[in-house]
Amino acid sequence: MAKKIRVLIAKPGLDGHDRGAKVIARALRDAGMEVIYTGLRQSPEDIAAAAIEEDVDAIGLSCLSGAHMTLFPRVVQLLKKKGASDIPVAGGGIIPPEDVPKLKRAGLKGVFGPGTSLQDIVAFFETAASGRAK
Amino acid sequence: MTSLVARVLEGDKRAAARLISMIEDDEPEARNALRAIYRHSGKAHLVGFTGPPGAGKSTLISRLIKAFRARGRKVGVIAVDPTSPFTGGAILGDRVRMTDASRDPNVFIRSMATRGHPGGLALATFDAVKVLEALGMDLVMVETVGAGQSEVEIAKRAHTTVVVEMPASGDEVQILKAGILEIGDLYVVNKADLDGADAMVSNLELVIPEHSKGWRPPVLRTVASEGTGVTDVADELEKHWKHLTASGELAARERARAETELRGALAEAALQRLTARPASQANLGKAIDRIVHRQSDVRTVAEELLKAGKAS
Repeated sequence: MAKKIRVLIAKPGLDGHDRGAKVIARALRDAGMEVIYTGLRQSPEDIAAAAIEEDVDAIGLSCLSGAHMTLFPRVVQLLKKKGASDIPVAGGGIIPPEDVPKLKRAGLKGVFGPGTSLQDIVAFFETAASGRAK
Repeated sequence: MTSLVARVLEGDKRAAARLISMIEDDEPEARNALRAIYRHSGKAHLVGFTGPPGAGKSTLISRLIKAFRARGRKVGVIAVDPTSPFTGGAILGDRVRMTDASRDPNVFIRSMATRGHPGGLALATFDAVKVLEALGMDLVMVETVGAGQSEVEIAKRAHTTVVVEMPASGDEVQILKAGILEIGDLYVVNKADLDGADAMVSNLELVIPEHSKGWRPPVLRTVASEGTGVTDVADELEKHWKHLTASGELAARERARAETELRGALAEAALQRLTARPASQANLGKAIDRIVHRQSDVRTVAEELLKAGKAS
């Protein structure tokens, strides 16, 4: 059986808007990936723990509340602490352009704002997963 | 590889998670690891959950995780969801209802896609159970795909099978039908605060068979979203485990389970042997042609291939 790409799609923080996350999850599913969707209001600790148990190849975070500068880097740090810094993390949502370089410096491998095409996102996860060291 | 097994035995979640993926992808090293892990498995109480989609299996399991953690048990969960037959992709969403537990070091939850395997389970499910046992879990709960009427494989593999139903999910005739409603060691009517719960309970009590060796499957009511009735389910699960060990039924079930696994492995190995090599592939193509052109029927061709396989 061929290696399947497994992706965790999670919503850290308190906003209750998960349509975007669900659209992404569905696009990745339709691209043949196994998508673990963990629902709303996850703490960064929940997300890092789930990513490890699920042995995912990449994590996609969605946040529309404006707390992305706190929550996204926190997930990256927690993965590092747990010896799982090889799992690439991407984030999306309402992200002001000036935050993008800061998030990249904080260790996010991809940052996707409004208007990003689904093809670009699928391509990102395919590349991120194939580049992950086993 | 041995180091991966050693890490699992030390309780390293990351190693266990990696090994389960390797089993799912059928990587050759996974077989060696399973060989090494086998003698460390077989210690946990394996409980299967089945029932229609939306009955509340995931929610009930999340409550049971808490109940059993309070009793000092280490709990593993494998939650199976379906793979798309068209794209091979899957959305695995059972964790949505289990988030509270995911940070507990003595809980391990894994989502798993069926990858085309029928019966509401994945091919890798029970090898993953062995990994969780080696990791130190002493109770493992397996949630099947929201099952219809005949996904009964779980009952052949688990020690205890819980059938989760909900009110108003069918009339008396649905309940009389054979299949899923015959396999429970425990029946749970979830969402018992809704209309129709009493009717569901009494209908179930009418049709469920008396199991062998003196176990009468109880019918319990829960409102899992509020935690109501969950303690009773946990108590009955423990009672059933005691019944299995005291009555000798456990040994009988272990034997039946070993036979199911051996038959499965034999079928898989025979198929591999007869079809894997390039020469066999060519033969297979010719054999398929003969079936398509009505020169020979499927069973005759299969017999011929088996004979040819034996000779080579």
